[in-house]
Amino acid sequence: MMRFMLLFSRQGKLRLQKWFTSMSEREKKKIIRDMTTMVLARQPRSCNFMQWKDLKIVYKRYASLYFCLGVESQENELLALEIIHRYVELLDKYFGNVCELDIIFNFEKAYFILDEFLMGGEIQETSKQIVNRSIEASDMLQETLEEYMSKPAF
Amino acid sequence: MPAPIRLRELIRTIRTARTQAEEREMIQKECAAIRSSFREEDNTYRCRNVAKLLYMHMLGYPAHFGQLECLKLIASQKFTDKRIGYLGAMLLLDERQDVHLLMTNCIKNDLNHSTQYVQGLALCTLGCMGSSEMCRDLAGEVEKLLKTSNSYLRKKAALCAVHVIRKVPELMEMFLPATKNLLSEKNHGVLHTSVVLLTEMCERSPDMLAHFRKNEKLVPQLVRILKNLIMSGYSPEHDVSGISDPFLQVRILRLLRILGKGDDDSSEAMNDILAQVATNTETSKNVGNAILYETVLTIMDIKSESGLRVLAINILGRFLLNNDKNIRYVALTSLLKTVQTDHNAVQRHRSTIVDCLKDLDVSIKRRAMELSFALVNGNNIRGMMKELLYFLDSCDPEFKADCASGVFLAAEKYAPSKRWHIDTIMRVLTTAGSYVRDDSVPNLIQLITNSVEMHAYTVQRLYKALLDDISQQPLVQVASWCIGEYGDLLVSGQCEEEEPIQVTEDEVLDVLEGLLVSNLSTPVTRGYALTAIMKLSTRFTSVNRIKKVVSIYGSSIDVELQQRAVEYNALFKKYDHMRPALLERMPIMEKTASNGPTEIVQTNGEAEPSVVEAKHPPPVTQPTNQANDLLDLLGGNDVVPVIQTTVPTKPASAGGELLDLLGDLSLSGGPAPAPATSVPSSQPAFLLDGLTSPPLFNDIAAAGIPPMTAYNKNGLKIDFTFERANPNPNIAVITIHASNSTEADMTDFVFQAAVPKTFQLQLLSPSSNVVPTLNQGTVTQVIRVLNPQKQQLRMRIKLTYTHKGSAVQDLAEVNNFPPQSWQ
Repeated sequence: MMRFMLLFSRQGKLRLQKWFTSMSEREKKKIIRDMTTMVLARQPRSCNFMQWKDLKIVYKRYASLYFCLGVESQENELLALEIIHRYVELLDKYFGNVCELDIIFNFEKAYFILDEFLMGGEIQETSKQIVNRSIEASDMLQETLEEYMSKPAF
Repeated sequence: MPAPIRLRELIRTIRTARTQAEEREMIQKECAAIRSSFREEDNTYRCRNVAKLLYMHMLGYPAHFGQLECLKLIASQKFTDKRIGYLGAMLLLDERQDVHLLMTNCIKNDLNHSTQYVQGLALCTLGCMGSSEMCRDLAGEVEKLLKTSNSYLRKKAALCAVHVIRKVPELMEMFLPATKNLLSEKNHGVLHTSVVLLTEMCERSPDMLAHFRKNEKLVPQLVRILKNLIMSGYSPEHDVSGISDPFLQVRILRLLRILGKGDDDSSEAMNDILAQVATNTETSKNVGNAILYETVLTIMDIKSESGLRVLAINILGRFLLNNDKNIRYVALTSLLKTVQTDHNAVQRHRSTIVDCLKDLDVSIKRRAMELSFALVNGNNIRGMMKELLYFLDSCDPEFKADCASGVFLAAEKYAPSKRWHIDTIMRVLTTAGSYVRDDSVPNLIQLITNSVEMHAYTVQRLYKALLDDISQQPLVQVASWCIGEYGDLLVSGQCEEEEPIQVTEDEVLDVLEGLLVSNLSTPVTRGYALTAIMKLSTRFTSVNRIKKVVSIYGSSIDVELQQRAVEYNALFKKYDHMRPALLERMPIMEKTASNGPTEIVQTNGEAEPSVVEAKHPPPVTQPTNQANDLLDLLGGNDVVPVIQTTVPTKPASAGGELLDLLGDLSLSGGPAPAPATSVPSSQPAFLLDGLTSPPLFNDIAAAGIPPMTAYNKNGLKIDFTFERANPNPNIAVITIHASNSTEADMTDFVFQAAVPKTFQLQLLSPSSNVVPTLNQGTVTQVIRVLNPQKQQLRMRIKLTYTHKGSAVQDLAEVNNFPPQSWQ
């Protein structure tokens, strides 16, 4: 199973943190620190896998954001890269040419999308269309304070 | 009360902050506003406030005061509230907070909600962070949803069930009925999560595994699904670069792996599909390779036929040649796993693997190094070592220690010749000398000692290396030890293996003295150097120069050096007659377990002093073992001396002092304190109870204990006289009196003794080593025997001396001890 997924910028600012196991705040902070340090220190053309304690760390850079996945040792690293890519595609479809700012200003949406794709450290849905449709339908359910759906709910 | 600012407004504002302090100020202000809003129980804007709180939490600020608000949001009827509430619960709450249990009821209600998206939220939250208590309470609901026909809910319920099983394994049974027709679903989401659920069950319970193999005929079902995935045409919904649902394919392969492991029937049922996947999968993109990778792992783990295994290894071999670094990395990792079982197949790719040593990527280099060492065998040792030594030369410092250790291990196992072995060691020491591990120094010394015919060659090469470079401490230490030991071979130019160099004694001493004064030398190295110089006093003729050096260091600031120098000085002055015996050539060290001296490392508990300690042969640490050997009637002819009167032990006592100086080490029973030194500087404490100065010559007959003759042969007579040491009645003090009734002196006389295991023996220094002719005098020596169990005293003695030009050696048993001596 996957243990965590982190998104952070080139300056090490955290943009999203998803934890699939129960951990104390302190442990989480330490992991975030370690991951950002390790990943940001990597040479540009190195391979995307690292060993950290008993976990495999799979990371990929998309524009200004690093996507970092911590998986257990029996997981398939090459597939983990595909998982990261799939998530980026989902974000891209939803936001339309997604960039870091989208994720900063709509972080809750990024979480909602992630929660339709992954759950409990495993993949929940392998079809892009179904994930997108679920998100759109959920969005429709949101009672808004404004008259128009396109205005942000909060 | 004005409406609280919007989330995006807040984000924008915070991002304008130019310093950390400014940001903190804004956040504090907003937190205060949010807190007062919470206190007012404002339902309208609670959602907005919690969302803002979650943003601030992501920046690293505390947000625990929002936990209860999340619960209120979850309980709300509005979907927007619930969405944010559940998100907040997943981020801020977990099983460590007691509050989290309050969620259980809400989740239970939401699991039965009319809107599937609400049910979905509840399932997701439960499946991500549900505690064991929550899981126990809600497992029934999850199980119900696992049987629904709604695929959206079914897939979520399946993963939720996985989480429940992980948290509360005992509940696994209750999900079994629901799994019956999970795999007949068409929906890929359900299929995928079902496979995950089945995998989890099979991994956790061998009973489940057996059940699924036999009763459910899971393997054929999975094979069928996989086949459909591969054979079916383009499906836009699940296509990734031309491959249909790679995620599902990989998951199925993994479950097949578990089902096929150790089971012939299952493995056979999947052979075909595995071969098909292995040969048909498109390899141009990462996706295809991900599937191939999983296939290879499955083939290697199950009981596949050999053709399939070869196919798998060849796939890995192709991976090694791939341009993509990730794929090369993954190949090396897999090969490392399979190298034990399919050694020959992996050997075929050895040259590619060795090429990976030159890769620029650090992760790949490390894997390649590990794999290379695993591939070394008797046939390829020369070639492989060349590559590995080249790697050692050029690799990053982080690799050098591991690589050096690996080289030593491989060389030890497969060295084709002693000369090659020594050369390899030399090469490592000169290229990576500073990275070599501490315990390699004693290991190498032992190795060198054991290669008797290579001594001259070794010392010559080491000497030449020292001339070049004295900065690498392990090299310098080994070299000084060797020069001290074999310096005579060096100056006599006896080398057979290569052109002997012309070296004078003064030149050698120059080098060693250079080590003593150099800033590059550590204190440990200086210790080695000083001891080496001292040893040369019996091998070289220029003793005066050595005496001078030794006396200079008697006032060294370094206490370790000072002690050594003082003791060596004493050796020159008062005990010169013992010097040759003390400093003679080291006997061949026996290897205990894999590397003998490292045992000394462990018992002493610290690497540094043991480097000093460990260069002494096991006899120093196992006197009682040798005693046993001598008493073994079958095989008592060991060359190894029993008690260390003839083995140079001075550094051992110095080592002992070093340990004392460090203070915090506990000396375990055997090693350091035990060595009985001939120079009475440090005595094991227990034998010294109550005594201040050790009695060297004790001719006084023990009160009431009659003397006895222990040995009388060839004109040599040895009498024992007894005394009880006070206040410890368990110690018997025996003085031997050796007399010579022949017409010629017995010179180089050495008396050694051994006692059974339950005793402990200590030999003090003899009065002299010449037993004068015609009973004109006696040689006396004191033996102290500790006999805590009051057993009958027995002793085996060994006598060596030179008589009329020839060396004489004799062993004898002494059994006629008077009862009073041991009762």
